Amino acid sequence: MEKIPILRMGRLLLVTIQVDLYDRLAESLEADLVQMINKTGARGVLIDISAVSIIDSFMGRIIGNIAAMSKILDAETVVVGMQPAVAITLVELGLPLSGVFSALNVEKGMELLRSKLTNMERNVDGSDDGSAE
Amino acid sequence: MVVLNKELMTIVREVDVIPFRNRLKEHAVKIGMGLVNQTKIITAASELARNMLKYAKGGKVTLEVISTGRENGIRLTFKDQGPGIANIPMAMKDGYSTAKSLGLGLPGTKRLVSEFNIESEVGKGTTVTVIKWKNG
Repeated sequence: MEKIPILRMGRLLLVTIQVDLYDRLAESLEADLVQMINKTGARGVLIDISAVSIIDSFMGRIIGNIAAMSKILDAETVVVGMQPAVAITLVELGLPLSGVFSALNVEKGMELLRSKLTNMERNVDGSDDGSAE
Repeated sequence: MVVLNKELMTIVREVDVIPFRNRLKEHAVKIGMGLVNQTKIITAASELARNMLKYAKGGKVTLEVISTGRENGIRLTFKDQGPGIANIPMAMKDGYSTAKSLGLGLPGTKRLVSEFNIESEVGKGTTVTVIKWKNG
């Protein structure tokens, strides 16, 4: 079965979706990501969807789920690179992905995640140990 | 209304949706549909195909390129032999679902297309027809 690779970059996980998603692939990404966050103690997840031309309500829900699950595991999710036509379609469909942080491109997404992490660390007063391993 | 091209595709598994989407995209590009409208019709088609798989274990889709002379468009007819929908007005409401979903499928799909028609008979099946005009 196909799999979407999850790359680790320090305390961040990077996912680039390059293929057309069908349901089972999206569900396995959801499960893999949550496990990976748990295993690596990652604090942020960046999902690049710039190559995804269609997001329907199921896919939108998976993205929302990933963000919600990561949040519970103490990691922030940022979705980057959404195509304008996809954004228009999602809002008209009635799925504005309101619980998900987004950024225009990977660079801006990284910046957003880094600033969130710095803020979080400042707030908990240096209790971060970097990695679970 | 003239039918310029007609194709029948069977959708019984999740992975059947991808070749169907690709075929739909080819036709949409061929009649010169813009990217936003392409994305809307393909997303709508994806929702309807998913409904068909979820509630009726699959069905058949007719993909047609149609023309009124002034405007070209794509018509999709999703036909299944599933349980049917007892209360169509309810199913067309935002947020209503008999399955554990967001209930955006039918009303959301209707917003994405130019014309939307649904017929259903309990115990016999459901037929959904949508049209997206090139500039609609």
